[in-house]
Amino acid sequence: MKISEKEVRYVADLANLKLTDEEVHRMAADLDGILTHMDKLNELPTDDVEPMAQVLYEADETATLADDKPRPSLDNATAMANAPEHGAGYFKVPLVIER
Amino acid sequence: MDIPSLSIDSVREGLRTRNFSAVELATAALAHAEKENPATNAYLSFCPERALDAARRVDEKIARGEDPGPLGGVPVAVKDVILTKGVRTTCGSKLLANYIPPYDATAVIRLEQAGGVIIGKTNCDEFAMGSSNENSAFGPVRNPVDTDRVPGGSSGGSAAVVAQGTAVVSLGSDTGGSIRQPASFCGVVGVTPTYGRVSRYGLTAFASSLDHIGPFARNVKDSARLLAVIAGRDEMDSTSAFAPVPDYEAALDGDIRGLRIGLPKEYFQGLASETGDLIARGVDVLKSLGAEVREISLPATEYAIACYYIICTAEASSNLARYDGVRYTSRADSAESLTDMYRSTRGEGFGTECKRRIMLGTYVLSAGYYDAYYLKAQKVRALIARDFENAFGQVDAIVAPVSPFPAFKIGEKINDPLSMYLSDIYTITGDLAGIPCMSVPCGRTGAGLPVGMQILTKHFAEATMFRVAHAFESERDF
Repeated sequence: MKISEKEVRYVADLANLKLTDEEVHRMAADLDGILTHMDKLNELPTDDVEPMAQVLYEADETATLADDKPRPSLDNATAMANAPEHGAGYFKVPLVIER
Repeated sequence: MDIPSLSIDSVREGLRTRNFSAVELATAALAHAEKENPATNAYLSFCPERALDAARRVDEKIARGEDPGPLGGVPVAVKDVILTKGVRTTCGSKLLANYIPPYDATAVIRLEQAGGVIIGKTNCDEFAMGSSNENSAFGPVRNPVDTDRVPGGSSGGSAAVVAQGTAVVSLGSDTGGSIRQPASFCGVVGVTPTYGRVSRYGLTAFASSLDHIGPFARNVKDSARLLAVIAGRDEMDSTSAFAPVPDYEAALDGDIRGLRIGLPKEYFQGLASETGDLIARGVDVLKSLGAEVREISLPATEYAIACYYIICTAEASSNLARYDGVRYTSRADSAESLTDMYRSTRGEGFGTECKRRIMLGTYVLSAGYYDAYYLKAQKVRALIARDFENAFGQVDAIVAPVSPFPAFKIGEKINDPLSMYLSDIYTITGDLAGIPCMSVPCGRTGAGLPVGMQILTKHFAEATMFRVAHAFESERDF
């Protein structure tokens, strides 16, 4: 086994994902198969290869930086429009700190 | 007007000769699409107000004697991962079932500036994750060619509407084959441009180093026209390319004499026999047009699936962190604490495939595994890109299958995620290398299922890719 149900629960916590027991069981089996396939990469020697994070570096380093000029952004009401709960111009979340 | 057979040029001609107005066309196209949609579930929503506004602007331009633009009056569909201001954009997810974007994607703005008329938003795999369109929270899309079969994914809806004739052209997105594979399954043209060729501003991020926006069309010329409209530098996307956009249509002259075309031998193993036969017939057509066809090798191909599913899930796990029940998604009701709210919202909101990818991505990035998986995959990615670089030293274009097999039955592969991932083998390499690639129809199997031929060229050589595709399309006799 590449990954145990205990590890699945740990990773789900890292990802802020609530999984049911049934999902944990299924996830362990699915990830095990996929991670086993991924071991294939170890066949390939890559010691002298630079990792590739992005495809193209066609422009000068600074060419893609935007001018440092303020421009209009979303107004507060628009930014709040899709929030499940908001009030007084803020996003509302469950209580974090007890007073 | 015969809506299912319209092309960009026939719309232009119809408007020019006053055969119909843009408003009449938009009205008829909307009515047709709404009537036909239950057969495929390809549209998730229609936007008649926005469509009629756009059509009215086109009619006003024509009345003033102005050019209505390269897409003047053309009914267009847009994949529901691309933001449309004021028009619901779900990303195929329950979490965004009621999300109304406050801004337009750059590609959408450019489409409408060119006279395009957006009539609706198309169904897709949730957050563009899938190869069959079965991962949509709003039900699968059915392939218009055979409604028991999948249209491919993740841009299944955008491929299906063009095949079904309920839009003239459409926009999709491609991260590992999500434009080319559904184009192949539905028998239409689908184009993944060079990475950075089209701005992703307003495209919901899945895997940012791999995501592209690109066109679907019923012919190569329409796809080239649509790409030219949406391509080009955009200051709202720092990864968009500065390279000027050439006149792609000028390349459609049918002349591929002496063009060097490579067939990567690794792409012709493990093909369904009918798919292999059809691609071989396609290659014969290219030879008859005077192309010089030779075998090439892309040796890192067999590592591409593992490489891709590490990189894309790692990026996805980060990108999808924003769906937390605070700013734009729905929220689980039961939550007692903030953390509990995050976990319940995400646990209840994401579908199985998204959860699987978030888990995989979080795992490969987590302490102790980063070097073994993520860093290793980035190095293998460099080797895959190097393979293509070497190949394009010998040939001008590469021709390959798009998918190992034609459209499969709904439900056939959904319970076997690894086998679904493995079916992406011929499309993910182009995304990993960031090169332009497209699917062009290459005949049908005995059962009538479409097969697509893939054409790949080096970075920013879309004109060569379109030249080959168009010459092939004009000459194909099977």
